[in-house]
Amino acid sequence: MTVDSFKFLPRLIAMFYRLTKREPQMPIPWTSLGRPLNECTFGLVTSAGLYPRDSGRPFDVERERQEPTWGDPSFRVIPSDIESGAVGVSHLHFNTTDVEADLNILLPIHRFRTLVEEGRIGGLAASSYSFMGYQGFPPDTTEWEERYGPEVAEAFLNEGVNCVLLTPA
Amino acid sequence: MPVLARTLEAAGLSTVFVTMMPYWAEKVGVPRSLAVEFPFGHSLGEPGDVEQQMRVIRQALNVLETAEKPGTIIHSDERWLHPTDQAIKAWQPKEPSPVIASLAPSFKEMLRKRREQRE
Repeated sequence: MTVDSFKFLPRLIAMFYRLTKREPQMPIPWTSLGRPLNECTFGLVTSAGLYPRDSGRPFDVERERQEPTWGDPSFRVIPSDIESGAVGVSHLHFNTTDVEADLNILLPIHRFRTLVEEGRIGGLAASSYSFMGYQGFPPDTTEWEERYGPEVAEAFLNEGVNCVLLTPA
Repeated sequence: MPVLARTLEAAGLSTVFVTMMPYWAEKVGVPRSLAVEFPFGHSLGEPGDVEQQMRVIRQALNVLETAEKPGTIIHSDERWLHPTDQAIKAWQPKEPSPVIASLAPSFKEMLRKRREQRE
């Protein structure tokens, strides 16, 4: 089976992608695994716009409403032992009902605990990270690449993380 | 989000990216991707379907273990078991996003002109 990238896209968004010319910047980065997964600690990163409700810090969708071509580039730390109901979602570009019902479709902290228990992977990092996927129009990911992405990478490396699963919304 | 996979990989982490848009993952140059034919907002499957979520995650772990070169994209056989037209409506926000609301009129005009040019 070949996945059709455009199957669920409305026409306007599909047109944007089809008209945007892009070539990968070479070389594509590569870090070899170097050890079996049952000796690897995993980190989770999503762009679902998740935040801990008790932090009181949703993504800045109010500024986005005022300035529709801007998207909040920052990230939120989600403790990997957080209760599902304690996670809020601030994202104006998809229907958040399903992820509010089950966090694991975008941030699989409970599924990864199962994988640790069964010995498939070595461990799960204490902190997971959420970005908010909309980075303006046209998209500008400079802040992700130069500031916030490296900050998350450093935090993971300090925590002994080897592998990262990324789930865009 | 594919640029974040590159950024983390370049920093010394082995990454796997689960994506609904392999088209874009290829153009950005993601190190390792698992492509899934799911509506947006559902990278790992349906809410409450633990078995489906675990199947997708296990496929992603296999990609991490077996990919031999940067830019690997493996396509999952998982299917979305709801009618496509319903799924297209269901994943979208209840209100159009601010950018869609503000740019839709000019996009529609552009589409109309392209159609006219073809006719």
